[in-house]
Amino acid sequence: MDIAFSPEELTFREEVRGFFDEQFDDELVSRLRGDNFKEAIVEWQQRLYKKGWIAANWPVEHGGTGWTPTQKYIYETERSERGIPGVIPFGIGMVGPMIYQFGTTEQKEKFLPGVLDSTTWWCQGYSEPGSGSDLASLKTKAELDGDHYVINGAKIWTSYAQYADWIFVLVRTSNEGKKQEGITFILVDMKTPGIKINPIISIDNEHSLNEVEFSDVRVPVENVVGEVNKGWTVAKALLAHERTGIADVAQSKRNIRLIKEAASAEMNGGKRLLDDAGFQAKVADLEIELMALEFTELRTLAAMAAGGFPGPESSLLKIKGTELQQATQELRMETAAYYQGVLPNGMDPEVLGHSWAHDAFRNYMYGRASTIYGGSNEVQKNIIAKYVLGLE
Amino acid sequence: MNFDFSEEQQMVRDSIARFVQDDYDWDTRRAIVASDTGMSDKAWQTFAELGWLSIPFAEEDGGFGGNIVDTMVIMEEIGKGLVVEPYLPTVVLFGGLIARAGNEAQRNAWIPSIIEGSTSGAFAYLERQSRFEIADCLTQAKAAGDGWVLNGEKVVVFNGANCNQMIVLARTSGEQWDRDGLSLFVVAADAEGVNRVDYPMMDGQRVANITFTDVALNADSLVGEAGTAMATVEAMIQEATIALMAEAVGCMGTLNAKTLEYTKTREQFGVAIGSFQSLQHRMVDTMMAYEQAKSLLFKVVCEYKQDPASAAASIHALKVFIDKNAKLVYGEATQMHGGMGITDELDIGHYAKRLMMINTTFGDATYHRAQYIDKAYAA
Ligand SMILES: Cc1cc2nc3c(=O)[nH]c(=O)nc-3n(C[C@H](O)[C@H](O)[C@H](O)COP(=O)(O)OP(=O)(O)OC[C@H]3O[C@@H](n4cnc5c(N)ncnc54)[C@H](O)[C@@H]3O)c2cc1C
Ligand SMILES: Cc1cc2nc3c(=O)[nH]c(=O)nc-3n(C[C@H](O)[C@H](O)[C@H](O)COP(=O)(O)OP(=O)(O)OC[C@H]3O[C@@H](n4cnc5c(N)ncnc54)[C@H](O)[C@@H]3O)c2cc1C
Repeated sequence: MDIAFSPEELTFREEVRGFFDEQFDDELVSRLRGDNFKEAIVEWQQRLYKKGWIAANWPVEHGGTGWTPTQKYIYETERSERGIPGVIPFGIGMVGPMIYQFGTTEQKEKFLPGVLDSTTWWCQGYSEPGSGSDLASLKTKAELDGDHYVINGAKIWTSYAQYADWIFVLVRTSNEGKKQEGITFILVDMKTPGIKINPIISIDNEHSLNEVEFSDVRVPVENVVGEVNKGWTVAKALLAHERTGIADVAQSKRNIRLIKEAASAEMNGGKRLLDDAGFQAKVADLEIELMALEFTELRTLAAMAAGGFPGPESSLLKIKGTELQQATQELRMETAAYYQGVLPNGMDPEVLGHSWAHDAFRNYMYGRASTIYGGSNEVQKNIIAKYVLGLE
Repeated sequence: MNFDFSEEQQMVRDSIARFVQDDYDWDTRRAIVASDTGMSDKAWQTFAELGWLSIPFAEEDGGFGGNIVDTMVIMEEIGKGLVVEPYLPTVVLFGGLIARAGNEAQRNAWIPSIIEGSTSGAFAYLERQSRFEIADCLTQAKAAGDGWVLNGEKVVVFNGANCNQMIVLARTSGEQWDRDGLSLFVVAADAEGVNRVDYPMMDGQRVANITFTDVALNADSLVGEAGTAMATVEAMIQEATIALMAEAVGCMGTLNAKTLEYTKTREQFGVAIGSFQSLQHRMVDTMMAYEQAKSLLFKVVCEYKQDPASAAASIHALKVFIDKNAKLVYGEATQMHGGMGITDELDIGHYAKRLMMINTTFGDATYHRAQYIDKAYAA
């Protein structure tokens, strides 16, 4: 048992720090907060791409970094501690791996370069109004007509569909047998006639979610990834990718740091809030939970380094990680106290006393979703109960 | 002992519930929050016509002569309907301070006009640095001639932008944090030197930051005796806290009811999600949280009705208890609605936001727990 980093790993950490300090500049930070988020995040991803660091989890042969789990851990920790956003997951984290795992040579050549250099923006068309946790009950159907599939139906909660060039969709191609057996994974150009996007505003007052309607959308058969009617295999492989890194201990640690900073400026009765015993107890409880979770994450990483694959145990990381994210976001909101405002456009954030209060609000509100997406925490508990504990 | 409501209380409760059902549906409420002023004059006039604005005031002032039980009944219904009109700032706080500390001329000047709906009031007492400490007051009123000159800034004043009159807490002597030397003044919102910055809080309530620059006040604007406001304000905030906790209980009850309904109708895996035992147990937890919160609210109200001073420690306890149980209720409501729960369109997230704001209004749980410990464990 040993947690010290090797000299090579320490050198790597210095390189990561240097890169972030230089490339994640203030100008980019303010653009990421501004109106043109898409352009700013794409530019950031392209800086990572130029450095060769865009695809931390991909094998080298497809353009990945080939990093060890420890290197990934170092990278993610440094990133989160600086509040640098993660790579938008739908391309690099989701469809890319599915294409290099299940796709044809033509598909790899056609799609992987755009995923890697962020010139293609992808979105995920899984959930439907009637099919959320019970994803396999999905009804959006694709019927064969010559060398095209004709898609009809609706997807919902499609993050950033309004930015997307392409969408990967789970469609029903057969109603025979078990519901999981008639599903196909297909890639659709968002410019195809018959696609309509309806925005959904979330409780953080932002627009990232959408409903995507398909009416007679014609898609060439060569856009099917994997086998027809075997899309569930692809879908589930993708969900395993989605779950990795979701605990984001580093982000919660950063939030604790921000809470402490804020609470040492915030005064209560002439004392610093941070000196208040009741407040200290709250922060301490969270820090202690995080200490444990950090080592649960490290144990999972070590198992992966030893050649293991994250099994259903990683559901534990998802559950505890998101619970702690929400708890730290909540305490940060409480630290802002009276200043939990929604700022009308164009208003000086200082009106609320703290320029960070609006950030705290957005993180807290959007953070409610982390226990719902990626397979809700209830579904994760069902998975642990069934596959880890053997409970039926 | 009984926990029954009088016939009049039941009538008021039913009339507010009917108003919410008929005239304050979710789309109407959304439109009101999005409007310029963030409140509806029409709704406010209805409140006046139906007599709700008169309830807590004494009969000799033209009021209905209600007590804390009546206020609880009203505020719980306001919570159920997520009503944003400024009942708490105008009637409970502004009107309550005038009723408590005002002289006859002030009561005559303001209470009838509150009751008829023409005076909209606010209480400006907190400052940027003060967090929850009322005595942490830097705003100053200096004697000038036979009147006063007011200077300073108040923040997050409920109804601060829409009010036409406000009561301002200012220091007339002593130093920051001194309990002595604080005084209350009625200030017209359009007085020269008053500048208001209007903004909505996350729950849609309108608040303002207000600066006072050499605002000239005549002698009549002083409410109560100079230098002795602290006791009045503390007593007022205690009563307003009970009112706010009743609103919270109303919000919690509605969230539970809506969530229960949703889990009975939303189907996944071919069955209603309410049939999953893991969700059933949590619905039971939130039901118990609501009932327990209501019980503690009743205890506080009963104590307060007998003798406000005897309720001091229980009010802190109630604030701590509601904080914890409201979080449970809105957390579960959001979670059990899945993606729907985090949309702006559905009301669930808005009840959650209101409860979050309530939890930090008049002191958060950390603050009240410390106060409770001070009072309950005092040597
Ligand atoms: C911010 C956000 C972004 C998203 N982005 C995308 C995206 O880009 N693409 C996409 O396809 N989807 C996306 N989703 C959808 C997400 O995957 C679904 O919301 C999720 O699968 C839950 O489905 P649902 O919302 O229909 O809730 P439901 O499945 O209706 O669940 C409602 C409640 O019931 C519980 N429940 C359901 N089944 C069980 C059970 N068997 N046992 C116990 N409890 C159960 C759930 O945990 C939840 O609490 C996103 C969602 C959010 C909130
Ligand atoms: C956005 C999103 C994210 C998700 N994230 C994850 C995730 O991270 N991990 C994950 O695992 N799932 C995830 N899911 C999928 C969700 O967990 C599944 O919908 C859920 O597990 C139910 O799957 P299923 O019952 O259809 O069966 P499957 O997952 O297909 O079942 C797995 C195995 O169990 C068997 N099985 C299924 N039902 C029964 C039964 N009743 N009796 C006996 N055997 C049965 C199957 O035959 C199969 O061998 C996610 C869904 C969405 C929408």
